[in-house]
Amino acid sequence: MNDQPTALERFWRGIIPENPTYRQVLGMCPTLAVTTNVQGAITMAAATTFVLVCANIMVSLLRKIIKPHLRILVFTLTIATFVTIADYFLQAFMPEMSAQLGPYIPLIIVNCIIISRCEVCASKQSLVPAIADGFGQGLGFLLGLCSIAVVRELLGSGTLMGYTVLSGDFWVNCGIMILPPGAFLTLGCLMAFFNWIGSKKQEN
Amino acid sequence: METFLSLLLLFLTAAVINNFVLINFVGICPFLGVSKKLSSAFGMGLAVTFVMTIAGFLSWTFTYYILRPDAPGTVWLFNAFGVEGVAPNLSILSYLVYIFVIAASVQFVEMYVKKFFPPLYKAFGVFLPLITTNCAILFACLEIMKRLQDPANLWGLTEAMVYSVGGGLGFTIAITIMAGIREELELNDIPKPFRGVGIALLTACILAMAFMGFSGVNAGLSKWLGL
Repeated sequence: MNDQPTALERFWRGIIPENPTYRQVLGMCPTLAVTTNVQGAITMAAATTFVLVCANIMVSLLRKIIKPHLRILVFTLTIATFVTIADYFLQAFMPEMSAQLGPYIPLIIVNCIIISRCEVCASKQSLVPAIADGFGQGLGFLLGLCSIAVVRELLGSGTLMGYTVLSGDFWVNCGIMILPPGAFLTLGCLMAFFNWIGSKKQEN
Repeated sequence: METFLSLLLLFLTAAVINNFVLINFVGICPFLGVSKKLSSAFGMGLAVTFVMTIAGFLSWTFTYYILRPDAPGTVWLFNAFGVEGVAPNLSILSYLVYIFVIAASVQFVEMYVKKFFPPLYKAFGVFLPLITTNCAILFACLEIMKRLQDPANLWGLTEAMVYSVGGGLGFTIAITIMAGIREELELNDIPKPFRGVGIALLTACILAMAFMGFSGVNAGLSKWLGL
């Protein structure tokens, strides 16, 4: 087990070098669907991080007991339990946000980020690196979602976190940015931008 | 006749107007990952349709008889065990049951296809087990659950089946068009940062714009058909 990364490495890797959105290209459904405004993106990322950390803790504690051929089933059932908790919590305390996010909260169950982290990290490492990994990946997911949501909310409705930023005679909202094509367009352009920065860095 | 027309409208809505991939953003992972070759994309689409039909049937049955509030099976169970003073509602178990149903139907389909259609099994390859984590199928189950919560406008089994088959075909349509375009894109000179996922997302953007053209068609059609 000595060749496995330490807790700090796991945490850092999740944020930039193995960013779930731009480097691993995982969990695309919520990335595209809930990024019409920044609050929705933050809530989604928080719910995903909660499920990710809890699932990593459970899987890491159970890693010696889980039989290899049943592991995917155990992962999904663990995740489904925590998603139910998160969903009922949101329904009780943030009903408006829960209505806005709609089916995408239960769809966290099949978010590939969580299953891949359980498989890659939590089922192989002890508790501390697994928790650090969960928080790192969650933070990376938050950054990914927010970068898209900021662009889409600013261009699509001229607001940021619900406050009006761009208004007046010179400004016209680009309605397409908050519609489905805008999601694909923003993510495609941002991904190319980050690829470009990455390749510039390698050249230097 | 009216029932048939409304079912047809539901089918069109699920398949084209509210396309699962391009309008609802579910099933994006296989849409980007398995759309490099036309033949494998089509196979993936068919496999998803197949599993979605079975999962739609099972999730409707479980939701209708057990999981929804005041479901007949739950009422019977609560009476049989003499539970009193609690509203018969097991909907907290919904997500666990759905994910179990999906995993089980994928296993079942895999065994069935392996036994009876070995060439098809070879063609599906690794895609079949991957379908378990395809969000499109869970999305169909969740939509069926939502339609069973509201007692005034309950979906019957027929509606649920039509919706899941339509959704699966919509996924097949989207992924097949995408694969056709991407096969052509292989030959083009794309700027380096856009290569791979970037250009695929921009293609999806244009496809989504095309599918936006269908928005509102369902309302107009239902008015025209007098439903």
